[in-house]
Amino acid sequence: MQAQISTYLNTDTKAAPLAVFRILFGLLMVISLIRFWYNGWIEKLYLLPHFHFHYLGFSWVTVPGKWTYLLFAVCGLFALLIMVGLKYRIAVIGFFLSFTYIELMDKTTYLNHYYLVSLLAFLLIFLPAHRHFSVDAYRDKSINREYIPKWQIDALKLMTAIVYIYAGLAKLNYDWLVEALPLSIWLRDKTAIPIIGTLMDESWLHYLFSWGGAVYDMSIVFFLLWSRTRIMAFIAVLCFHLMTKLLFPIGMFPYIMIIATLVFFSSAFHSRLLNFIAGLMKLPYTDFCNGLTYKPTQLYKKVTLGILSIFFMIQLLFPLRSYLYTGNSFWTEQGYRFSWRVMLMEKTGYANFKVVDSVSGKRFYVQNEDFLSAFQQKQMSTQPDFIIEYAHYLGDHFKSQGHENLQIFVESYASLNGRRSQAYIDPEVDLLSIENTLKPKSFILPLNEN
Amino acid sequence: MKASIKYIFFIAFVIVAHSCINNTEEPMFTDSFDRSEMLEFWANDIIIPGYTDYVSKLAELDEAATDFYGDSSDLSLSTLRETWLDAYKVWQAVSLFEIGKAEEIGLRNFTNIYPANIDLITENINSGASNLDLPSNFVSQGFPALDYMLYGSGSNDAVIAYLLQEEVKNYTQALITRLRDLSSSVLEDWMTGYKDEFISNNGSSGTASTDKMVNDFLFHYERFLRAAKVGIPAGVFSGNTEAELVEGRYSQIYSKELFESGFTAVQAFFNGQSYDGQKQGSSLKQYLDKIHLDNSTDLDYSESIIAQWDSAERALEDINNNFGAQVIEDNSKMLALYDELQKAVVLLKVDMLQALNIQVDFVDADGD
Repeated sequence: MQAQISTYLNTDTKAAPLAVFRILFGLLMVISLIRFWYNGWIEKLYLLPHFHFHYLGFSWVTVPGKWTYLLFAVCGLFALLIMVGLKYRIAVIGFFLSFTYIELMDKTTYLNHYYLVSLLAFLLIFLPAHRHFSVDAYRDKSINREYIPKWQIDALKLMTAIVYIYAGLAKLNYDWLVEALPLSIWLRDKTAIPIIGTLMDESWLHYLFSWGGAVYDMSIVFFLLWSRTRIMAFIAVLCFHLMTKLLFPIGMFPYIMIIATLVFFSSAFHSRLLNFIAGLMKLPYTDFCNGLTYKPTQLYKKVTLGILSIFFMIQLLFPLRSYLYTGNSFWTEQGYRFSWRVMLMEKTGYANFKVVDSVSGKRFYVQNEDFLSAFQQKQMSTQPDFIIEYAHYLGDHFKSQGHENLQIFVESYASLNGRRSQAYIDPEVDLLSIENTLKPKSFILPLNEN
Repeated sequence: MKASIKYIFFIAFVIVAHSCINNTEEPMFTDSFDRSEMLEFWANDIIIPGYTDYVSKLAELDEAATDFYGDSSDLSLSTLRETWLDAYKVWQAVSLFEIGKAEEIGLRNFTNIYPANIDLITENINSGASNLDLPSNFVSQGFPALDYMLYGSGSNDAVIAYLLQEEVKNYTQALITRLRDLSSSVLEDWMTGYKDEFISNNGSSGTASTDKMVNDFLFHYERFLRAAKVGIPAGVFSGNTEAELVEGRYSQIYSKELFESGFTAVQAFFNGQSYDGQKQGSSLKQYLDKIHLDNSTDLDYSESIIAQWDSAERALEDINNNFGAQVIEDNSKMLALYDELQKAVVLLKVDMLQALNIQVDFVDADGD
């Protein structure tokens, strides 16, 4: 076993797949950030709201006002540097920090694929993706390497595998498999899609997509690993993700997964691809193929392997934390984020906050639109940690207005996967008496199946 | 391997082409529930007839004002007031269609923001030339400003004397002309192109007509019917009753009637009743019933919503014509009405939106 591990860690492979991944990842991030800016989302999502929802422990991350544009510009610049492979280490660390900072500014905008981008950027910090076919390697031929340790590419594959397999396992639930929910809600009005549109309100199709999606997520990595099924698997990847792109507003996610699965292709394939790109730029690709192998120093190797082992240990365990809580995790959303629960539920909510003076008994209701954007209201009304944080914000606001003996209650209703709306948070609980923690949230009323 | 690289580029091309296609207009919608048919009914049988009536009611108001200034008397004042009320009531029926041109010009803000600001009105009257396009002048124009001018001075003689002042006359006429201009521009836009645009945008994305209209409808219901007309005077959002914030504060006796006009219009829109009341058409109710039927569940949303509104109608029955007086005499009845209206919000914003898969606002951010 020891020997096998040692042999594995000393196995080398071509650096080309990592270089291709670096280029495509950088490119996609540049496009993503430009798209975000172009769509006016910087202003709409970060600058217009007066208040932002924070991740537990990250309330110190604030939106830097107009400087947010600079933050996005810097982040985009780092992505560009990653793509061309210039000042790579600085660029990838800078990208990881700036992108993650942006994501931490407001959890209203949480998306699994933003989280994945942060994780991939973190991984890239430890991988020598600039040592092949990069400006860095072009300017300083001495750092160029044709070969790198195989585990450095496998780390990317492992990350992709974790995303897919956990996403697949999360689909193994009653609503998804037995009721074809929420896909049936989402698909039935999609009859405008060309060719297959007429099938979209057929219930067998909802089941096919539900079951097919679950099987795809759980198995695709294995078919990608095996060279004989790889082409077919990649076609499946394209079909699956482009289909989701066509049906749902999921932004850049499909493209990120498509480039992540490209890593599974053979190094010969990636070398050809780089050769082709080099040809377009009138560069002799052979200059980068010097036969040298990247040999990290023992210390560097140990530190890197140590960090990545801990990283992957966390990646394997963290998505499972929802099992530590009782109740339906779709309903309570405890341990729901950062767990690759992608497109699993349709949830709608409504929360009406009541501010009470516990001594005089005087009470009034809050108009949420006075404090939150429509998007924030939507996210807040279905997620207990948002409701608590918002209640505390309201408490501070009304205290500063001179109100005393404050209590804040919420009359809230939510509907999950087509069930009738039902009371969500205990309306008798003073939300100011509760803090957001990782402890089970006992003030969430149980989901009543109907 | 060469071949597979070409293959990849082909795929890349397809992806790019695909995202380009995606950016073009939504294709035709041909569900078994036909959204186009609903949009057509809304446009042809509810919205356009509503605005047509509104425009003509404002013309009558204008005419009554001309008559009044030609021959001012108790009688011509009373006609002027009647035409004002008629137009105001029809406004309640079209107020919920803040979409297209109405949204673009901010029709509602220039028509019915209350309470009116008396100081600002007086200042505008005295200065003679005020820019009514400014947002700061929302509160010095429209029906609430006319309400003050037609009723605010007390006795009929006092009102007539006030209205006959040259500057007041000019301002009154300017306000009426402005209401006419705004409403005509909206109606004209519906007649000359926007209707087709509205009907053909029949997809199911956040920017499709159905989704936008439903959002506008809910926004109107929550903010301008439930909150402005009932909740705010009853002190729901402040803890203190605020009788002076009722709609039609100076005429006093019409606040209930105005509310009823608005509430009736909301229900008619949901139920698919044509503006003239003669026709039943495709509606949100039918859409919900269709989904209810398809899924053969016991979740009969439209029935719950209608039943809830019936409760609100019952709560309304023993409320004073003057909401302001009601709030002072016995606010619990106003609060009871508010509660019934509020319960329907949950059914509309949670159950209905989920069933129809309509996003709660036009946030176009990504999901995953």
